Amino acid sequence: MLMRESGCLGQECWSREVLAGWYVPRTELGYPRCRTSSYTLYLPSSLITICMLFNLVLQSILFLPPQGVSQKAHKKLRFVPGIVYIDEGGAVGQCKEIRQKTTSELCEMFRSTGFPFYILPLEQVLDLPGSVVVAPSSLSDQPTSAYKAAVDLFLQSGGGTDVITQEQEGVSLPDVQDSQTQLLQQLMDSAKTLTAKQDLLSTLRQHLLVHTARTKGYSKLMLGDSCTRLAVKLLTSISLGRGAQLAEDTGFSDCRYGDVVAVRPMREYSAKEIAYYNRMFKVPSVVIPSLDTKTPDKASIQRLTESFVTKLQADFPSTVSTIYRTGEKLQTACRSSSAEDTDRCLLCMCSLDTVVEEASALQATLISEQLSQTKAPLITGQNSVEPEPSAAVGRCCSAEGPCEGTQVAAGCCSSPKEHEAAELRSLLCYSCQRTVRDMVSGRAAAVTRMKLRSQREKIIKNSSTTLISKLGF
Amino acid sequence: MPVLCSSCSEKRAVLKRPKTGHSLCKECFFGAFEEEVHQTIVAAKLFKPGETVGVAASGGKDSTVLAHVMKLLNERHGYGLRLMLISVDEGITGYRDDSLETVKRNQQQYELPLKIVSYEELYGWTMDAIVRQVGLKNNCTFCGVFRRQALDRGAIMLKVDKICTGHNADDVAETVLMNVLRGDIARLRRCTAISTASEGDGVVPRCKPLKYAYEKEIVLYAYFKKLDYFSTECIYSPNAYRGHARTFLKDLESIRPSSIMDVIHSGENLSVREGVKMPVQGTCSRCGYISSQALCKSCVLLEGLNRGLPKLGIGKHHRLHEKILSQQPLTESEQRKLKSVDF
Repeated sequence: MLMRESGCLGQECWSREVLAGWYVPRTELGYPRCRTSSYTLYLPSSLITICMLFNLVLQSILFLPPQGVSQKAHKKLRFVPGIVYIDEGGAVGQCKEIRQKTTSELCEMFRSTGFPFYILPLEQVLDLPGSVVVAPSSLSDQPTSAYKAAVDLFLQSGGGTDVITQEQEGVSLPDVQDSQTQLLQQLMDSAKTLTAKQDLLSTLRQHLLVHTARTKGYSKLMLGDSCTRLAVKLLTSISLGRGAQLAEDTGFSDCRYGDVVAVRPMREYSAKEIAYYNRMFKVPSVVIPSLDTKTPDKASIQRLTESFVTKLQADFPSTVSTIYRTGEKLQTACRSSSAEDTDRCLLCMCSLDTVVEEASALQATLISEQLSQTKAPLITGQNSVEPEPSAAVGRCCSAEGPCEGTQVAAGCCSSPKEHEAAELRSLLCYSCQRTVRDMVSGRAAAVTRMKLRSQREKIIKNSSTTLISKLGF
Repeated sequence: MPVLCSSCSEKRAVLKRPKTGHSLCKECFFGAFEEEVHQTIVAAKLFKPGETVGVAASGGKDSTVLAHVMKLLNERHGYGLRLMLISVDEGITGYRDDSLETVKRNQQQYELPLKIVSYEELYGWTMDAIVRQVGLKNNCTFCGVFRRQALDRGAIMLKVDKICTGHNADDVAETVLMNVLRGDIARLRRCTAISTASEGDGVVPRCKPLKYAYEKEIVLYAYFKKLDYFSTECIYSPNAYRGHARTFLKDLESIRPSSIMDVIHSGENLSVREGVKMPVQGTCSRCGYISSQALCKSCVLLEGLNRGLPKLGIGKHHRLHEKILSQQPLTESEQRKLKSVDF
């Protein structure tokens, strides 16, 4: 088999190499050497959720841990995995029968791994408490010595096998109510563009994953992003204005949720390698259509980027790895690493990137908007435009002179709806603002309400309750 | 029913702004466009009163609009700048000679002093001669590297304090994408800066007042203002790889027009991980120009041309820099590698 430039490999050697590769991130993270702050990432016996995404090639992620955890493998993975699959059929518009068929197929597959698993319909995201988006800001500060203690404990407990058998039983296929599906469908339909739809879907999925991990007691989320996928994601992120969040979106570990850390152990493998691995070792897989399945290249930014990268990769074989390595060199550009909860985007949970310098793309866009609207005060003379302190909120007030600081006062904005929208915008990062803008106005009552609920929690935290009473929620 | 201008609500709109989606009439568009450039200049504190500013002029749409707007704003807002035009003559028959005629007409129209520096007088090579030697592959590398230095040399001759170039939002966004695709982290970090803060001999600070102006709007501005500009593509084929980034960006724009600003926003907010190795800026030991290597790129390129080994400056041949500096001959195998490919 010719996989890399380094030469040909036999099936067995290759299998060993893939497995060995899987240990790299493990050792990287299992020891205090690689840490994002002052805690160790993988504690032995910590529960780790593996989330199944819809992509078939990524399913080998499922079949690597079993080999790692199994006693035979000569190095043992010291954690207890669980599997989460989120059934997005409701958002994609699949009928009930197909959804049920897929889930039962997956059920079989998961059962054969011997790990506990959870199959959740995406509809559940609608019932999530607002607290999902309010991350517990303090990360558990485990001293490095805790690692050793945990290893001992893990070894004593006999490798955690009993945990697996215990939880095996509690799995069932939850029923979805039609009304919920309809609500989800409505929410998805409120996004006018496929770009926004895909963005929204991934946000919802992420919220549900984090919530599940939290409630089931998992401390890590393993995502199956391959390096091909990450290269696409990186370029998509840039195109969507998520430069500041790039490191979190594509890095090895993602701490934006505070108590649940998302990791991407498959990111060293290309999609091709994974596909070969799956084929060679007969890893079972299920093909599940996604939102952009069978759409033209220009249907959405995500779709366009994907086809751009794969086409360029065909002509310039180093494309994916170059993009991927560029991402390696970046970090999250937040002003303070321990950003307060209020500085985080309500949707994507990354730190806000909307407080910018005077000369920036965001300010330039705001000025353009202001200048293109009716009754825009045309400012003449130097230095007369003041930097708007909180970009989005301040803007709607500027036309009618100063109102109560940056607080939105009644009567300033033309309608409460607009008012609400401005309020929501101020809690979102640049890119999520763009997504929300692509949604039907008066729009996405569900999303707004869901978000506003948690926003209220946020504001209560900030003890500026006056605002809420004005909003009347 | 005709669409009315979203700003004055009286006249018919003539365009839809890609940046915001608003429709504007001609007058409101002019006002908005000029005001935005002004805001950019003020917000980024690009100039100080009393400075001499060289406007890099190629005769194309961007630099013509830049020269026009700079002159207009300088008078309208009293920047107190002395403006000059600087042009580079690459020596491309059938392209640059024609566009320079446009620049000369602009000089008359705007009543600004003009300085033309040519590759021939600076390097002894015209682009025509270079293409004859290297062919149509990599010729843009020569042109780009030489132009950068030529502008600086022209600026020094004119004793200007700053150069402003006509780079627009599309150019900046495209460069962000390019640098990601090429993995050039040092440039990725620099490329979104609106002005270079380089101190060093022979380097004049540069800025891009049109950084946030969409290419589309610049074209429309030039068109509606009936500006005299030259709109022919360079006859030597454009950089192929950049073409991919360009196509991608245009496709992005067609899906979501704000994409270009979004990409710039991304670029502005990227931050490089600590500990990533960055090239250290030094000076060229031959000509004294800024360089991260012992020899600057244009000296290497020039050396290659003069030795008949055009590929010397294409790709990385840092090991050979010592040899070039000490005037040693290259070995035969080295020479073979660096000769131009025959078609």
